[in-house]
This record gives sequence, structure tokens and C-alpha cells, in this order.
Amino acid sequence: MSSPRARSLLRLRGLLRKELLQVRRDPSSILLAVVMPVVLLFLFGYGVSLDPLEVPLAVVADDSSAPARDLLARFASTPYFDVVTAATMDEASALLEGGAVDGIVRVRGDFERELLRDGRADVQLVLNGIDANRASLIRNYVTQAVAGWTTARRARGEPAAGPAVVLEPRTWFNPVNESRAYLVPGLIALIMTLTGTLLTALVIAREWERGTMEAILATPLRARELLIGKTLPYLGLGLLGLAISILGGVWLFDVPLRGSLFLLVLCSSLFLLAALGLGLAFSAGLRVQFVAAQVSVIAGFLPAFFLSGLLFDLGSVPAPIRFISHIVPARYFVDISHTLFLAGDVWSVVLPDALALAVAATVFFALARRNVGERLESP
Amino acid sequence: MNALRRILALVAKEFLAVLRDPKSRFVVIGPPFIQFVVFGYAATFDVTDVRYAVLDESRTAESRRFLADIEHSPDFHLVRMLDSTSQMTDVIESQDVRLVVHVGSDFARRLGTGDPPVVQVVADGRNSNVASVALGYLGRIAARFSPSGADGAGDPSAPRLLVVERSWFNANLSSRWYIVSALAAEIAMVVVMLLTSLSVAREREFGTFDQLLVAPFRAGEILIGKAVPGIVFGIFDGLLLSAAAVWWFGVPFRGAFLAMLAVLFVFVLAIVGVGLLVSSLSTTMQQGLLGSFVFIMPATILSGFTTPVENMPGWLQTLTLANPLRHAVLALRHVFLQGAGPSEVWPQLWPLLVIAGVTLPAASWMFRSRTG
Repeated sequence: MSSPRARSLLRLRGLLRKELLQVRRDPSSILLAVVMPVVLLFLFGYGVSLDPLEVPLAVVADDSSAPARDLLARFASTPYFDVVTAATMDEASALLEGGAVDGIVRVRGDFERELLRDGRADVQLVLNGIDANRASLIRNYVTQAVAGWTTARRARGEPAAGPAVVLEPRTWFNPVNESRAYLVPGLIALIMTLTGTLLTALVIAREWERGTMEAILATPLRARELLIGKTLPYLGLGLLGLAISILGGVWLFDVPLRGSLFLLVLCSSLFLLAALGLGLAFSAGLRVQFVAAQVSVIAGFLPAFFLSGLLFDLGSVPAPIRFISHIVPARYFVDISHTLFLAGDVWSVVLPDALALAVAATVFFALARRNVGERLESP
Repeated sequence: MNALRRILALVAKEFLAVLRDPKSRFVVIGPPFIQFVVFGYAATFDVTDVRYAVLDESRTAESRRFLADIEHSPDFHLVRMLDSTSQMTDVIESQDVRLVVHVGSDFARRLGTGDPPVVQVVADGRNSNVASVALGYLGRIAARFSPSGADGAGDPSAPRLLVVERSWFNANLSSRWYIVSALAAEIAMVVVMLLTSLSVAREREFGTFDQLLVAPFRAGEILIGKAVPGIVFGIFDGLLLSAAAVWWFGVPFRGAFLAMLAVLFVFVLAIVGVGLLVSSLSTTMQQGLLGSFVFIMPATILSGFTTPVENMPGWLQTLTLANPLRHAVLALRHVFLQGAGPSEVWPQLWPLLVIAGVTLPAASWMFRSRTG
């Protein structure tokens, strides 16, 4: 007689073989694990950017003096703006209203006089506020261009109405302030949620719905073995997606990887386990594929997008939402990913977050185990 | 007449399939609403309560007045005072603060001279958007600072060159308006895609599809039966969530209701076409679900729903014209915030009509060829 341990391994091998055959037979799971990361990486890398470039901007010069013209010429010379000169404010307003430009910079008639006599002048800026974030970034560009002009005038010894204090901003970890550098590392959370939660949400519910669960019940397979057999193939697929994301991010989009690769893979595996556990818990608990699919999208995928800090900063959301975000595993992983890619091995960030992921994975698997176990081992 | 009765019977069956099971009944009504509220609050680019630390090497009345201007701003939240530059790395790396404001020892001496003091600001670039916006806030505080004036009041004669701004359509620059006004289209799309993409696949997986085929229904009638619940739930969710945008989130509704209804209707038609196309191609529910995600993800990313289409490279911007969500999002924002009426949304409505005119016949053709 073989030992119970050897028999358990034998049963597990049989189940794994069946799961792998199912994965192979239905190419849609491989599609999700391999093709989706590539498509998402491509779309995120090229399509998602918060950095306005070549903003169409109308300039109106009511004052044709040399300083006014010099200031407005500054806007035309930066890569941030695509300048259209409008003769009157009415003309510029029409352009803004029709969506042809995103902002108007206007220098009023007494600009030179005010600047030279009082040293106090105003530059008027009108923005299309519909896209508020874009508008406030455009505002920053305009303010920077005006400040740059003052500094240049000072350097040339010309009278300037300068600010009393000059700021020298420096952005660590991302000196050129490119949004891609934080979007691509965060994307890994989304890709692994897709593979982890969405794919596994169906795998146990499918057995119930097709009636094959009865057949599994009749075998000596234990609940624990069933969960392991349902987890391992998808863990493999998820890690494949991870490899694609890291390679693509670093080589295609030049995102630096400043921390250790080993730590990143380790934390990613923890997160993937949490995602898989969540999917299996839904699948075993709901038993209807349609419902499990919907719930995994709503409770798995969408929070990973909206409540993880992947795109929207959690520091600025209302306190109750921030509170809810603490139960979203993706939140901890996005934090780890940002830090490992951009800042390096910062233990004070990585350690607590990794611990939270480990707790989440344990809880979700315990939940899945309970949801399966009730019926599998009852007489 | 008979055809109509058959279609009605099919529609009733499809509604029953969704509404009979209490779990799936909840799924089409409950979660969209929960999502709307949670994501309406969570999906914001507004930057508030920026945690920052101060390193003041000047320690003069002037430097304190400058720092008080920052402290009094509602956008910032002072967390720590640092004693040396060596602490800067630690507080930024560990994410205790987002910014460190470093005032040099020559601050007071250079103030008011032709060579103004330079204040160094270090920002955590892990979220570059927060860093840019927060640096912008600081820039405006610095531009308004006057060394001799009272706190916050400013000196009316101090030299300065100010950018005076005004924003149209969204005076407070609240990004919540931007997101929430279009959220109804996004959520309606997810609900409709899931409903329709799984509908044919479910029957195939259960084997009831063959029963349906041998019943005296034409392929077109079966397809209409599958499409109607998607259309009804899609428009219902879209209208419900648009109402919530106005009454819950206080987003202004400046345009015409009719324009919004037309946009939602044509948009949902186009999405139903895509969903049924995916469903016709799928033999299992897993394929249906994954297929719908292959559509939902790119459609969301390339719609301008969260990040502007204008920031994409030119070739990708051209590609987004084929995306129904892009047109719906733009049209809804025009209706809500810019006050568009039926004629003003026409530039978005006709591309949606064209897209629906492609996806619905394509679904029908695929359905026939896969069942015939």
C-alpha cells in the first residue's frame, strides 16, 4: 500500500492533467493570459497618458508692445502648445467654445505700461474646464511659461515684475514627470486580476452547472486537492502574463526597474494568489457561471481599476472610499509595483504591503475552501 | 402577426432567463448602482490634502510667513518639520509625505533683491500626476507671496506678474464632473456586454440552443429576442445613473434630455451588436466572458473616459473614431456640461449610427452562419 501522501499526489496529478487539458482545449484562457497582456500593455503604453502635449492654445494680444509680443512668442516656442493667434477676444472665445482650442491667453492693452510703471501686470487665461485635470495641467504650463519669461528678462537686465520667491521643483523617481512611468507598473495589477479572478471565477461554477461536480464528489478527491488543482494551472498562466508585462514595460516603454526583480516576482505571486483565491471563492460560493462572472467583474476587476491607485490617487478620495480601498488587494500591489519599479527596494513600503497581500490570499483561500468544503465532504 | 407573437414569446423567455434567478436579478440592477456611487467618489483626479514636510534652514520671520501661506492653503497638509537634508530621502521614499519644501538659509537675505531666493521643492514622482498638480498649487502660492504684506493679504504694491484664470463649463475644475457625467455610458456598456455576450453562449453550453433552433423560430427572431433585454436594461441603467449623476453628485445637466436619450439609445444598440457578435462566436460562457473583455478593455481605455484622447499619438486618435464609447462619452459630456441639444450632439450621433449599422448586421450575419 502506498502512503496517504503519495495517493494524494496521485489524485492531484490526475486533476491537474484534467485542468490542463481543459485549458488547452479552450484556447480562450490562453488568449486571456497571453494576448490580453500584450494588448493592454500596448494600449496603456500608447493610449493612456495624462500628459498634455501640443495643447491648442489661442493667444490674443490687445497690446502690440515689444514685451507683450515677446511673452506670447514664448508660448509658441514650447513643445507644450500649438498656438493660434486670434485677433479679438470674441474670435478666441468662439474657438474655445467650438472645441478648437483648450485655452486662451490674453495680454490686455495696458500690459506694457503696467509692467514698466508699476511692476504689476496680469496675464489673462481662460480654460475649457470640462476635463478638469487637463485644464489644471495646462494652467501649470502657462504659469511656468510666464515665470520662465520673467526669469529670462531678469537675466537680460530688463525690468521684470517677478515673483518674490522662485520655486525650483524636482520630481524624484520620475524626473521628466511622465505619466507612463506610473501607469505601466500599475497595469500589472490589472492584468493579473484579469487572469486571476476572471478566469478562475468560472472554473468551479462550471463544474456545478454542467453537473460534473457530482462526478468529482464521487471520487476520493479532497477539497484541498481540488483547490490546488484549480489554482496551479492559472498561477502558471498568470506568471506568464507577468513576464510579458515586465519585459514589455522595461524594453518597450523604458520604465526603469530600480528594485530587485526577485522581490517583484515574489510580491506579484502573492498578489496573484490573492486574486486566484478571490475568483475561486466566488466560483465555489455562487455556482452559477453568469453570476460568478458578473460578481468577479464587479468585485474583482473594477475595484482593481478604480480603488487601487492605479490611475486615481487614493490620497485624494473621500475617507470612506479610502477605507473601503483597504480591502482591495490590488491597492497594496500597485503600491509595491510603483515603489519597486520607480524608487527601489524600500522596505518600509514593500514589507507592510506584502504582509497585507499574504493576509488577503490566506483569507480568500480559506473562504474558497469553506465554500467548496461544505458539500464535498458532507456525507 | 405571427412573427410578432413569436418574438414577444422569445423576449418574455429572455427576460425570464435573467430575472427568474434572484442572484442574476440582483446582478443587473444592484451592482451597477453600487459601482456608480463608489466609482463616482473614487474616480477623481482632484488633488487635495497633499501631505508635505518642511525643512526651514532660514528660520526667519520671512521664511515663516512664506511657509504659513502654504500651511493655510486647503490643498496642503503639513505632516513634519525636518531638521536636516538627510531626512528628506526617508520621508519621501516611505511615502510619509508627497512633497518636501526646502527653504535655504539665504532666504531672508535675498528677498526683495533682484536675485530672489530659490525654494527647492522635492516631489514624489511615483504618481506623476499628483506631483505635477501639487507643484502647480505651490507655484501659484509662490507667485502670490509678497515679503512685506500681512499674512495672506499681500502687499498691493509689490511687483508681480500674475496669471489670472477662469474656467468655462466647470468653474471649480472638479474632475468628478468630468468622470461622472460619462460614467453612465461606461457602466451601461459593461452591463449590456455581459448580458448579451453570455446569452447565446449559455444556451450553447447548456444544449438548449438546439431546442431553440428546432422550434418554429427564424434566426432573426431569436436574435431580436436576445437583443431586447440588453437594450432595455442598458437604457434603464443609463438613465438611472444619469439621474443619479445629477441628484447625487450634483453634476449640472445643462443640455436637452432628448439629446441624451438619443445618444444612449443608439449607443446601446451599437453595444448590443458587439455583444451578440461575441456571443455568436462563443461556444462556452468562458469564451463569451473573455470575448466581452477583449472588447470592454480597449473600448474603455481608448474612449477618453478617464484619460484624454487628445494626449494619444495621432494614429491612435484616428483609431478611436471606431470606438462607440468614445462618441457616447463625448456626447454625454457635451449634453451635461456644455448644454448641447439634439443638433449639437449630431457630430457624435452619426458615427454611433454608423457603428450600430455595422455591428448589428454583422452580429446577425455571424449568428446565421454559425447556426445555419
